[in-house]
Amino acid sequence: MPEIAVLIFLMALVTFIPRMLPAIFLSRRSLPAPLTLWLSYVPVAVLAALLAPALFAPSGGIDFTLQTNPNFWVAIPVFITAYFSRNLFITVLTGMILMALLRTMIF
Amino acid sequence: MALVGVIRAVPIMLGYLPIGMAFGVLASTAGLTLYSAAAMSVFVFAGSAQLISVGLIASGATVAAITGTVFLVNLRHLLMSASLAPYLKKFKIWQQVLFSFELTDESFAVHSAYFRQHGVPPFSELFALNFAAQLAWVCGTIAGAWIGGRLTLQIESYGLDFALPAMFIALLVMQIELKKHLVIALLAAALGLFFYLLGMNQLYIVMATIIAATCGVVYDKRRSGGGSENA
Repeated sequence: MPEIAVLIFLMALVTFIPRMLPAIFLSRRSLPAPLTLWLSYVPVAVLAALLAPALFAPSGGIDFTLQTNPNFWVAIPVFITAYFSRNLFITVLTGMILMALLRTMIF
Repeated sequence: MALVGVIRAVPIMLGYLPIGMAFGVLASTAGLTLYSAAAMSVFVFAGSAQLISVGLIASGATVAAITGTVFLVNLRHLLMSASLAPYLKKFKIWQQVLFSFELTDESFAVHSAYFRQHGVPPFSELFALNFAAQLAWVCGTIAGAWIGGRLTLQIESYGLDFALPAMFIALLVMQIELKKHLVIALLAAALGLFFYLLGMNQLYIVMATIIAATCGVVYDKRRSGGGSENA
């Protein structure tokens, strides 16, 4: 299948270029203060934008039903755990255990 | 130091193994060989882009359409790479290239939280973290492609599907240091959800991030006239 090899090559290219160019070029110069500030807000904004659909609308529409969207309900204690523990492992483990428990209880 | 990187990669690996397996299964049902699926995970290494691409392959899309979609899906990495760039000054160019090749949502989240709190660790630790994460992704892919349609995967039953969302929650909470960070996060979440529901499945993260971060800077300017750090 030569076409799949071409596809993988092109996919690798359009994935690698956006990842690489800013890291190479922006790290080589000193940036104006407003841009530095803007970039410092990117992580918080990216994570929030990434999470919102996964927690509120995992199957395409807003859903707060426990059975069809357990993500939202498990996220609440996970947020609380993250806030108080400040620990990545504890938070991830809490999320996984609560999700597994919830599924065994409701299904 | 490399070992520290591997240990720090464990939460990512927990998420990547099952999602990699899911990708492997989907790839094999879409007609990809085990080698093609593994090659994609080695050379592309982009979870959502790979999953979307096998969906498109299965539906008979052209190479150009798939490449274009993957490019759009990956535009958010421009922002992530840019926001890590100031921390990468001390590294050589080949180290920056190697580091950015393995930059994913998950490794970005872990690195940005760590850089902000503890500074930049040695390159060996960064590379070990990224490499361990990718190894989990590739191993998951191979296992999934090998299993193929033979078994129905039930990653849900162990809560593994929630490992990565839980990790993102933890890293988000850790990076909210000031009240304005919380405001930016809430704004980005609302915008992200809005654009996602509008059907902008490829660009919602980029759009929400650009608008929310810009609002943050404008807010700072109006508050202090100079944009200094004040909560």
